[in-house]
Amino acid sequence: MSLFPETLRLDLGIYVERFVKWLTVNYGDVFEAISNGVLAFLLQIEKLLMWVPWWMVLGIVFIVGWRTKNTRSGFTFAVLLFLIGTFGYWKLMMMTLAIVLTSVVFSLLIGVPIGILMAYNVRVSVVIKPILDAMQTMPSFVYLIPAIMLFGMGKVPGVFATTIYAVPPVIRLTRLGIHRVPKEMVEAAHSYGSSFWQTLIKVELPQALPTIMTGINQTTMMALSMVVVTSMIGVKGLGDEVLIGINRLDIGRGFNSGISIVFMAIIIDRVSQGIASRFKYPE
Amino acid sequence: MTVKVKVENLYKIFGRNSKAVLKKVKNGVSKEKIFKENGHTVGVNDASFEVNEGEMFVIMGLSGSGKSTLIRCLNLLNKVTDGKIYVDGENVVEYNKAQLREYRQKKVGMVFQHFGLFTHRTVLDNVAYGLEIKGISREKRYKIAKKTLDTVGLDGWADSYPNELSGGMQQRVGLARALANDPDILLMDEPFSALDPLIRREMQQELLDLQSDLKKTIIFITHDINEAFKLGDRVAIMKDGIIEQIGMPDEILANPINEYVQNFVQDIDRTKILQARNVMFKPSSIISMKDGPKIAIKEMEQSGISSVFVVDKDRKLQGIVTIDDAIKAVKENRKLKDILIHDYHTTNPDTYLQDLIPYATEGKYPIAVLDENERLQGIIVRVSVLSSLVS
Repeated sequence: MSLFPETLRLDLGIYVERFVKWLTVNYGDVFEAISNGVLAFLLQIEKLLMWVPWWMVLGIVFIVGWRTKNTRSGFTFAVLLFLIGTFGYWKLMMMTLAIVLTSVVFSLLIGVPIGILMAYNVRVSVVIKPILDAMQTMPSFVYLIPAIMLFGMGKVPGVFATTIYAVPPVIRLTRLGIHRVPKEMVEAAHSYGSSFWQTLIKVELPQALPTIMTGINQTTMMALSMVVVTSMIGVKGLGDEVLIGINRLDIGRGFNSGISIVFMAIIIDRVSQGIASRFKYPE
Repeated sequence: MTVKVKVENLYKIFGRNSKAVLKKVKNGVSKEKIFKENGHTVGVNDASFEVNEGEMFVIMGLSGSGKSTLIRCLNLLNKVTDGKIYVDGENVVEYNKAQLREYRQKKVGMVFQHFGLFTHRTVLDNVAYGLEIKGISREKRYKIAKKTLDTVGLDGWADSYPNELSGGMQQRVGLARALANDPDILLMDEPFSALDPLIRREMQQELLDLQSDLKKTIIFITHDINEAFKLGDRVAIMKDGIIEQIGMPDEILANPINEYVQNFVQDIDRTKILQARNVMFKPSSIISMKDGPKIAIKEMEQSGISSVFVVDKDRKLQGIVTIDDAIKAVKENRKLKDILIHDYHTTNPDTYLQDLIPYATEGKYPIAVLDENERLQGIIVRVSVLSSLVS
């Protein structure tokens, strides 16, 4: 009798399942509308990314790397990007990038307001913090299930799962950034008769911006780390290539696509860090 | 003089249940006891005072005395627990949100201890902030802000960021930001405490100079009694949230109301507080140019002094005559103007005693106090200056 008694069984999962099913049955239209909106947005970004000539993308990456860091960095980034092209993954990379960017945009749209709310209201903060902890510890595969149930297969559930996985850093760092604005500075804003919104937009958000930028950097990296996972629900892109590589035990293909994701990660990380550091004010 | 700000029985208690604790405070339960039993902090306890228009009113207290809490009540950065604050006859405590915003935008400006500057904005945009909030056009607010920067001596720094400036300069920006809005009332919360002593003294003097032009109603917080007495037209001394004494500096110096105030006053360097006008005598014995040496001798004899100042018919100072010279002149039959001596020191009524000490120690004659038209206002004998060093 050393094992847990079999009579004491509670299936939490079934309630979650029921809830998601209930959502799909009763709010199917809402999810379809959301789905269409997200898809339209995603396709626009994808179209834009594919419209830009490849040499121009190299040029842009070089210039951004050069302006935010130094010439060597710019050159390295451009070379890495060029390599991805030579692997034959240009189009797949742009598809992946489109998913990542879309997810980051939605993360910001959701995350910044929640972060602000948490900074202003201790109770909201107390409720949301453990949820964020849970979201970050939950194996990312789990998000695929509700994503499929709500949105079916394809890009939209991919964006959905990626956004859920990637949103916590933006929320946390927005809260932190606003929380850390010196008290006297906020008092000064109030003492000149600023309204709530004026204080927020003219003082608190600009002050929090460097911290929020760090959050965006982290969110972007997390979104990128989801590309392989989301390929399991039919998202095309570099992640899909990795999956094929695994399924066929194709080492070369797996390596090419895997290293491409690494290159992308390096470029995106350094470039967004470089941009973020631009927003820092002298202390 | 019109009363600009009138505070009546103001209480500020920090804590969840301040209204209930208020009753206890009003019944005279001590601050420590309330903190122990209820976990509430009494910030301000029954403060009442009036500030006149154009007056510099200094609230002085040590840390924890509630002085910063009190000043934050005046523009309602702190919500008042009980009491009334009348500004131009209106009780600002009862203002709704919109009224409060208008009050803050138009009537009252604040300068902070650690400057509270917006580090993401240029100096110019900092100074223009209040105007921006009021919805004034960019062109107009920049024009006003630039002019205000000139007033505080920061022309040429408009495009810098606050962190590129020294502490003293940053506080000038803070002051300019408050002045740009042209408020009637300036609240200054220990504005010079974070500055080093030399810069602090410079800023104090500049504030006095500015104030003589601007004539704002200033409420100034400090923990430095010397600063309080130097700047304040009137000074309030606070302890544990209670205002112990309010009065003009020399009143408080002369009559400290209790031991606590007495202890403060002891630390004061009187030579930095007292001005020539406080220690000069009204010249009871002076003689006129048309009088002869004989009258001079008689005058000195009657007053028991050995020298006397000579003025013309407009009371303009002409010189000084000593008893020795006067007697000689009578013998040699010379006129008064032939024996006038000019190597005495003159000063104006606003000079601080500390600046008179060298004259008092080296000069042979009393110091003459003259107004701006060179008319004799009073005389200071060396004993008045030197005695202030010890008492």
